[in-house]
Amino acid sequence: MRFVDEFREPELISKTAEEIRRLAGTKRHYRMMEVCGGHTHAIYRFGLKDILPENIELIHGPGCPVCVLPMGRIDDGLSVAQQPDVIFAAFGDMMRVPGTQGSPLEHKARGMDVRIVYSPSDALKLARLNPDKHVMFFAIGFETTAPSTALTLMRAKAEGIRNFSVFCNHVTIIPAIRAILDSPDMRLDAFIGPGHVSTVIGCRPYEWIAQNEHKPIVVSGFEPLDMLQSVVMLLHQLRKGEARVENQYKRVVPWEGNRAALRAMAEVFQLRPYFEWRGMGFISQSALRLRDSYAEWDAEQRFVIPGIRVTDPKAAQCGEVLKGVLKPHQCKLFGRECTPEHPIGALMVSSEGSCAAYFNYEHRKAMASSLSSIA
Amino acid sequence: MSAPATIPAESAPIRFRDTQIEMAHGAGGKASRRLVEGLFAPLLFGNATGPLGDAAHIDIGGAKVAITTDSFVVKPLTFPGGSIGELAVNGTVNDLAVSGAKAEALVVTYVLEAGLPTSLLEAEVRAMARAASAAGVRIAGGDTKVVEHGKADQMYITTSGIGRPLRGVTIDPSAVRPGDKVLLSGPIGDHGITILLARGELDLEADLRSDTRSVLPLVEALVNAAGPGIRWMRDPTRGGVATSLNELARDCGLGVVLLEDQIPVRDAVRGACELLGLDPLHIANEGQFLAVMAPEYADAAINALAMMPGGGEAQVIGEIREQPAGSVLVTTLYGGSRIIDMLVGDPLPRIC
Repeated sequence: MRFVDEFREPELISKTAEEIRRLAGTKRHYRMMEVCGGHTHAIYRFGLKDILPENIELIHGPGCPVCVLPMGRIDDGLSVAQQPDVIFAAFGDMMRVPGTQGSPLEHKARGMDVRIVYSPSDALKLARLNPDKHVMFFAIGFETTAPSTALTLMRAKAEGIRNFSVFCNHVTIIPAIRAILDSPDMRLDAFIGPGHVSTVIGCRPYEWIAQNEHKPIVVSGFEPLDMLQSVVMLLHQLRKGEARVENQYKRVVPWEGNRAALRAMAEVFQLRPYFEWRGMGFISQSALRLRDSYAEWDAEQRFVIPGIRVTDPKAAQCGEVLKGVLKPHQCKLFGRECTPEHPIGALMVSSEGSCAAYFNYEHRKAMASSLSSIA
Repeated sequence: MSAPATIPAESAPIRFRDTQIEMAHGAGGKASRRLVEGLFAPLLFGNATGPLGDAAHIDIGGAKVAITTDSFVVKPLTFPGGSIGELAVNGTVNDLAVSGAKAEALVVTYVLEAGLPTSLLEAEVRAMARAASAAGVRIAGGDTKVVEHGKADQMYITTSGIGRPLRGVTIDPSAVRPGDKVLLSGPIGDHGITILLARGELDLEADLRSDTRSVLPLVEALVNAAGPGIRWMRDPTRGGVATSLNELARDCGLGVVLLEDQIPVRDAVRGACELLGLDPLHIANEGQFLAVMAPEYADAAINALAMMPGGGEAQVIGEIREQPAGSVLVTTLYGGSRIIDMLVGDPLPRIC
């Protein structure tokens, strides 16, 4: 399959892995954070940990939009959908994320009209097809998905579709990285930069990480070879004591980002003064809301929102895992009370959540005793 | 879902703790297994602890028969390569086939929604007649129920079948040994992805057809060529290959190690899975089967299948190892590996 197989070519992968071993040597320990949940998923799915030398430690970052959403927001969204004739539309990732009264899927089983959509425009299509109902799109995601929500809202406004609204949970990546770097218990050498977010925001917004924090960052693709090459690029910088922003994912990411997408976002959204992140607390200017010119399509303005704040279960250590301070299996609930089937934290739900990825692909592998006989 | 015959126990322990039924309980994955093992088995199958196969083999006064049942709620009713009527015949014929039996007769139940156009019903009855004739099985009787408009989605079909055990083959997960080979009859994921695309909810198109078919001719060819070497068979429908092999791993307490590049997957299926974040190993099939073979029979098995129409893409996709006990490990050409679990949740509801 084109554009996929080239980046999974065994010979190139083993050559690149060899190069990594040579560059990494044995004397120094490298801690690299992959910011994006898509990278976390790829690391486990392709078994990249088996390929990397032991002194390269990958730390999972906060870039999983489902995972960072506090439980109160899910309750708020579902409370709108409790009202008669409301259809709750969301991406599949959201469906098993628990609120205090259960996940959207559990609400669906009890009769709520919950639909999985693959894009915001599919939710708008639902609104066109169901003129006697109100379709609320529960929007999540970083700058990756925000432009398509913006374009959908622009279309709803242009077409005058009034039975449609967005419950906006879009968040922005840079303040999250800043919060990670502010965290006193975090020691990182470098970042593997998010690929999809950067298709929209480009590479410039990361320059302060290199210039002010002196940490190299390489914006990376999601195939095994992309990620290994990004590690090579980071090692080159680290060995020379450099800190620059580099773009490994040039085939997709333009340095300046996608201007049309950024314009659409600016037309529809404005920054919230602050927003609560699961496990990380309130982060200023880290999320988007709809502008007043779109108030008619803003679920938070059209409906009465309880504004529920729910504290995470005390024993759950989602915040520490989100910030990369703890590995998934070091959480007290991991694999016992909290499993992909009965998730307590959202990190165990989304395929991009580090707990689910670790549980699905790594956990039982680690438990199987004599794996050496298989390799 | 079938089990050895024993007398049900009133006081059997119920381990099923979920407070309500959700779509996942019908998805064929972990939740389904929990429901069957935790509620149905202890109350209905007399607390049978043996592994649950695709069909039950029972002894009626010295005559050995295999019996099974399956319901079909697929949406939409027709899709490229097949329709609910064909699935309803082939599904039950296949459950019997992979339990080592040849379907002899089916009975059928229709649950119809008031308002269903007769033309739709007639088309599906004709499809069933054609599929039964192709599979060489008789439809011996049936029942019809109608529910109010809006209380069912057009049409559900249940088929139950009895079959004659094939001579020279015994399906028994406890006979599986380290070193045995895992064989797959052809490319995976065609059915699940075809249904997903046929719903038209995604703006995705692909030249893809459901793989629904009777696998009985292939199973018979396998039994004739390599019967004594067959340890276990299963048709990987809901939950896909990953779920079937996880069940095997748990039932036999051994590890299943797959070689990713040996697993046949069409580009259209791979592409759709890449886009949607699905794993082809979790996608349903309706015309494929898995077999675990003693290693010395593996070549004969592949050759026998290759001589049959529709058997040319059969492959050895992995083998049984001591470790990782109870799990399925997928290894890649470049040395990475991952554990693949049963299907959790229900990414693609109502595919059969």
